[in-house]
Amino acid sequence: MALIRVTSPHAHGSNKTANIMQWVLLSTLPGLSALTIFFGWGVLINVVFASLLAVLAEATVLKLRKKPIGFYLQDYSAVVTAVLLALSLPPFAPWWVTTVAVLFSIVIAKHLYGGLGSNPFNPAMVGYALVLISFPVAMTTHWATPSTLQEGPGFFATVGYIFLGQDIGVDGFTMATPLDVYKHQIAIATIEEVTSDPVFGNFVARGWEWVNLGFLLGGLVLIGRKIISWHIPVSLLSALCVCSLLLGWDEDQYTPLSIHLLSGATMLGAFFIATDPVSAATSHQGKLVYGAGIGITLYVIRTWGSYPDAVAFAVLLMNFAVPFIDYYTRPRTYGHTSAQRGIRRADPP
Amino acid sequence: MRKLWDFHGGIHPPENKHQSTQSSIRSIALPDTLVLPLNQHIGAAADPCVRVGDTVLKGQMIATAVGRISVAVHAPTSGTIAAIEEHPVPHPSGMSDNCIVLRSDGEDRWMELTFCADYKQLSAAEILSRVRQAGIAGMGGAGFPTEVKLHPPSNDKVNSLILNGAECEPYITADDLLMQERAKQIVKGMEIMAYVLEPEETLIGIEDNKPKAIAAMREAAANTRIEVIVVPTKYPSGGEKQLIRILTGREVPQGSIPADIGIMCQNVATAAAVYRAIRFGEPLISRITTVVGESVPRPGNYEVLLGTAMSFLLQQAGLPLAQDATAAAPVDITSHPRPNQGHCPAVTRLIMGGPMMGFTLPNASLPVIKTTNCLLAATPDEFPGPATEQACIRCGMCADVCPAELLPQQLFWYAKAEEFDKTEMYNLFDCIECGACSYVCPSHIPLVQYYRFAKDQIRAARIEQRKSDLSRARFEYRQQRLDREQQEKAAKRKARAESAAKAQAAKAASDQPEQAETTTMATTAKAGAGGAESKQYIIEAAVERAQQKHLQVEAESSKPPALEARDPEGPQNHEESRNLDELLDRVTKTKAKLEKLQDSLATSLATNGDQSNSPATEKLSNAVEKNKIRLAAAEQALAAAQATAPSTQQSKPA
Repeated sequence: MALIRVTSPHAHGSNKTANIMQWVLLSTLPGLSALTIFFGWGVLINVVFASLLAVLAEATVLKLRKKPIGFYLQDYSAVVTAVLLALSLPPFAPWWVTTVAVLFSIVIAKHLYGGLGSNPFNPAMVGYALVLISFPVAMTTHWATPSTLQEGPGFFATVGYIFLGQDIGVDGFTMATPLDVYKHQIAIATIEEVTSDPVFGNFVARGWEWVNLGFLLGGLVLIGRKIISWHIPVSLLSALCVCSLLLGWDEDQYTPLSIHLLSGATMLGAFFIATDPVSAATSHQGKLVYGAGIGITLYVIRTWGSYPDAVAFAVLLMNFAVPFIDYYTRPRTYGHTSAQRGIRRADPP
Repeated sequence: MRKLWDFHGGIHPPENKHQSTQSSIRSIALPDTLVLPLNQHIGAAADPCVRVGDTVLKGQMIATAVGRISVAVHAPTSGTIAAIEEHPVPHPSGMSDNCIVLRSDGEDRWMELTFCADYKQLSAAEILSRVRQAGIAGMGGAGFPTEVKLHPPSNDKVNSLILNGAECEPYITADDLLMQERAKQIVKGMEIMAYVLEPEETLIGIEDNKPKAIAAMREAAANTRIEVIVVPTKYPSGGEKQLIRILTGREVPQGSIPADIGIMCQNVATAAAVYRAIRFGEPLISRITTVVGESVPRPGNYEVLLGTAMSFLLQQAGLPLAQDATAAAPVDITSHPRPNQGHCPAVTRLIMGGPMMGFTLPNASLPVIKTTNCLLAATPDEFPGPATEQACIRCGMCADVCPAELLPQQLFWYAKAEEFDKTEMYNLFDCIECGACSYVCPSHIPLVQYYRFAKDQIRAARIEQRKSDLSRARFEYRQQRLDREQQEKAAKRKARAESAAKAQAAKAASDQPEQAETTTMATTAKAGAGGAESKQYIIEAAVERAQQKHLQVEAESSKPPALEARDPEGPQNHEESRNLDELLDRVTKTKAKLEKLQDSLATSLATNGDQSNSPATEKLSNAVEKNKIRLAAAEQALAAAQATAPSTQQSKPA
């Protein structure tokens, strides 16, 4: 064997992209469990179905792109996209909604832009936004009333409903989410009347609070493992809090902060969606701006827009702004008096 | 307790220092042949001062320093010069360079050395000169001539002298063992440096993973002004800029050297070498090299003569290699059958330096040089081959560990896309190539390699740019010259036609100055419009004006006097027809013109600086020469005229 000639460094740490993705998947478990417990088997079925579909789509595109399939599938990125997408979809969303969303995420939003690392937009949110806009009825009428696994439809009944459309007689299918209910009812009812709605339960928002706490827990694990930095979640949630306290302090008119934080996709968005490193801002300072931008957009759309939740739109809108943010938030390099801002031509030699 | 600062980023790779710290510094057998590259440092290669066949003594200078940034090379043992030839040298490129091959006579006889019991009797200049003569270059790895470094620009006063004993790279323990065993030498070397620089504080920074070295250094530095400071172990705390930041909290501004902010860093081994050079007159002929790696049976630190073949050193450390891997015959160690290899795992990577910044060597026949602090003979288990590069997911781990506070992921992105202007915008050239980013990259991207590629491309492009700028300037100048010649021809033609017309009309010569004046004015107007290049135009206009005037003078004095001016032998024939005043006037005019031209030549030289051979300047100096000749001729003509007509009242021109 000849002496190999490679450039330094020769040592390498133990970090692996696949490990990062696996940790992200593991960290979704508390939230996923809560979703399954309160909203039935549909969530779990969606997650598994979306993952299989995503791997299949990824393999097909890789084959078309003449890339080594095994090597690229090992990075788990397709599964992460699919899981995050499935966690956002309504639990009883029919199979074709999931299929369209996953295929669009993987094929269009990810691979047509160059595959992992090259997509300017968060693929899961692109898929979600597509089906939300295209199939509004299917997307808003498949949220079940939060219940327990025993009370809700059984596993096989759920499979039958999702894939075959078999009626399982769940009356809660037309049930709106707490954000939706509060936003639309508060104009015509008092706080007491609104919060007596079953979706709110006894605490903040029945089931949702546990789902969000679950994702919060998973997010803290990710921060602890240094897989994500604290900047985006903290600035996102802070911006949401500030907006809510400054602009929507009147609970007679606006959704209160507690519901903003602990219902809908807030925590999933803050810790898992917005922190997708590929489509997020680069520097720490940039991440603060990016996160705050999402928080503000999220609040604005939730309060004055036509959608009750807006994580997908907020994230996608800020994805647009990332190159701009990046140019203006470069860190100061060692030995430089100040950070460079904006696009500046390099000094002539 | 001194306040310590922290630098951004950094990593904690496995230290792997225990393998080579088990035993003390060992010496090795005297090799038969030593190969001494003439350039073991940064700067100009030394110039051999011996010839093939010469006998030299140990410590004798065999190559002298050339120019400001250079150091000498000395014979590490006594023997004869076998050859002065090209030989592969340890360099990342694997190139060959001029080397002196010394055949040892086995006697190891020292030359006579100049001892100096008290360095304080020497002047700072004398010490610096001895350091230079002793061939000392920075021994931490870069190899910058120590004398040059100890002699910062006169306006830089060094307030803090820092000795770098951090040795943050994994595996390397050469400085560690040196500090443990030769602490006194280091301290004394530092005192000599302090005597030269007169700093306000003298600090030694050592990472806290070397307790024995710290204890030894503290003991040696007791009762001195030297402060031993323990810094936390973190790679790359031994980087000059990082250590300065840790110890002083200051940053070396971009494009500056530490001396500009009153700080100087020297390696501990350099300090020891300075001490030996001043105290005993010993030049730098050996160094301590860590020999380590899973394949090495007796890892440790070895005192090695410079020029020793690495294969010889590895053999001495117990690594079974081909016996004939001598310096004169470069042999690929791996190409030899090694039947007795048995228990030794195969070496697949031979690294000079550490695992983070060292470079791989093509074979083991290369010589140990002044900067060889470590020889790492690694097996595939230690350093597996590079993993397949995956896509960058912009996770930002690289930016978190970058000690230069860059955005490595962005630099990678632009370097890969060959958008080199963007890489410069992201401060590519502030990268110190420490390798921390590559180390943590989860996608196994060889980031540093991309940065080296981008830096090389940019440097190459700059050279190209300079070349093309030069040829464009040359072309433009030629174009201008051709245009001007055309104009001159036209002007001459015009002048001729006019003089002919005048001759015909037998008019007075007073018309012509007006004509000339008009042309000059036109040229000046053009110069004003020239904008950035107006300077050149002005110079040309001056030249043109001079030529116009010359024409004018010629026309004025009509043919015979012009001839006379060139040929001073025959003024007598026409003396009657010419007024002496007129001649005198011509001399003064020519003189004034000459002065003016000389002035503009001087300014042009001063402003153009190094481009003194620029076409405009050349033209000017030509004009000056011509005018000098013209003046001489005119003066002679005047003298001749005065000689023939001494009765005239005029005094000699001033």
